[in-house]
Amino acid sequence: MTTLRLGAGAGFAGDRIDPAADLARRGELDYLVFECLGERTVAAGQARRLADPGAGYDPLLAARMRAVLGHTAAAGTRVVTNSGAANPLAAADVVAGVAAELGLGGLRIAAVTGDDVLAAVSAADPVVWETGQPLSAHPEELVSANAYLGADAVVPALQQDADVVVTGRLADPSLFLAPLVHAFGWAWDDPELLGAGTAVGHLLECAGQLTGGYFADPVTKPVPDLAWLGFPYADVSADGTAVFGKLPGTGGVLDTRTCAEQLLYEVGDPGAYVTPDVVADFGGVRFSQLGPDRVGVQGATGTARPDELKVTLGFRGGWLGEGQISYAGPRSLARAQLAADVVRTRLRDLHGVPEDAVLVELIGAGAAFRGLGEPGDPAEVRLRVAARVPQRELAAVVGWEVEALYTNGPAGGGGARRSETEVLAIRSCSLPRTAVRSEVHLQEVAR
Amino acid sequence: MTRRLDELADVRAGDKGDTLILAVLPRSAEAAALLERELTAERVAAHYAPLVRGEAGRVVQPHLPGLVFTLPGALGGGVTGSPVLDGHGKALSYHLLSLEI
Repeated sequence: MTTLRLGAGAGFAGDRIDPAADLARRGELDYLVFECLGERTVAAGQARRLADPGAGYDPLLAARMRAVLGHTAAAGTRVVTNSGAANPLAAADVVAGVAAELGLGGLRIAAVTGDDVLAAVSAADPVVWETGQPLSAHPEELVSANAYLGADAVVPALQQDADVVVTGRLADPSLFLAPLVHAFGWAWDDPELLGAGTAVGHLLECAGQLTGGYFADPVTKPVPDLAWLGFPYADVSADGTAVFGKLPGTGGVLDTRTCAEQLLYEVGDPGAYVTPDVVADFGGVRFSQLGPDRVGVQGATGTARPDELKVTLGFRGGWLGEGQISYAGPRSLARAQLAADVVRTRLRDLHGVPEDAVLVELIGAGAAFRGLGEPGDPAEVRLRVAARVPQRELAAVVGWEVEALYTNGPAGGGGARRSETEVLAIRSCSLPRTAVRSEVHLQEVAR
Repeated sequence: MTRRLDELADVRAGDKGDTLILAVLPRSAEAAALLERELTAERVAAHYAPLVRGEAGRVVQPHLPGLVFTLPGALGGGVTGSPVLDGHGKALSYHLLSLEI
């Protein structure tokens, strides 16, 4: 084997499916990787699992697998995904069910567990990063605690010839690093190679962000055929260098600019990008344009992995009530401001919602800049009132008071919408590696 | 002569908890040299004041070229802590492009 081809099938839980199906069908991939788990996603999955023990995995998992498994099985492409979210075992059963439907007898599906460390954190009582207080000092109900597993949790499943590997919380780049370690026999004490592989994973993990998706701006960064954005793949060599590409005929663009933006995405310190596998150093990364939509990368390295694993904690954080309504034309901003005053007053004095729990945003008048810019004289303004409160009933009042502006004024409010959603507050802590044990559960679809 | 950052560079938002991460990608070697000199962490923090709580950081990647700024507290509780519509600060990142250099 000279190179290993890794494809990016999803960059977040809600990502498109058709670009992944295209990659599965004609990408000649060795691996197709679906990154489907954010910090909120895993906590939300755990909340769903508490309500229904069979739930908690990515709701789009079955649809994704139905779209790709026939192609990946035919091409000998293996699938790795963290779509298991809060329930990797149930997710593996879903994949097995889809495989059986598609007549893929003999397909081997592995679930990786061990990221759920709720019991371990309760016992260890670590300091919570955001508050500086021990976990036990937090009054809110702790719903979930998931450690970031690394590539070493996935490699044993690949060694057991799994065709599909489903994990829960696993660091995004580790999903891509695991196949490289497995294929090339990279050593766990070789941080240079692990750092290089982590750079490849980091560049691929957000799928369409690398091929000009998030990059696109119609004036400064025009991108062709954005509606049919193709997802990227990488041809990785045993020395950790790689060449990125995308399928012919797909939309988007892959060049040194899109790659440079994605390299720095969500990276606070490019010299020390910490994952469970390595502390990667992107400081020396260089990109080279090798042809249309073909970019080479080299120069990433790293130092030894941390002794502790990051853990995402999900707490029940009450309810978010929300209402929105639009005002347009002359004095739209003044009417929206009057409406906001009315709602604020009534929430405080009639319903007892604390004033500091209420947030007003004037969408179209600089809300996204949070007061940093001048609102000017907007053609229309959408008022959004949101409040986080302990009870669902009180949250419902927020949207109700906004909706009631229809008849009670000010004039010309239209298109009111309201909602209440449960809030999961996300915080972090760390646990010693020794407190976290991963396990592989393999099943084979009946022939 | 001053120019808006929008004429010189692109910006990419990232978030880590409460911290807004802004990657700035100059569009030319000339712009990179100018921004490395002029676009300090202090100037970016001042442009986002009073949202920033804590010390703003800057890392320069001369060969990309790129500059990474970290603005602690700018996201006001982060994606899951704040009721703000754009909790990630994706839209908020474009505010940087109005900075005059």
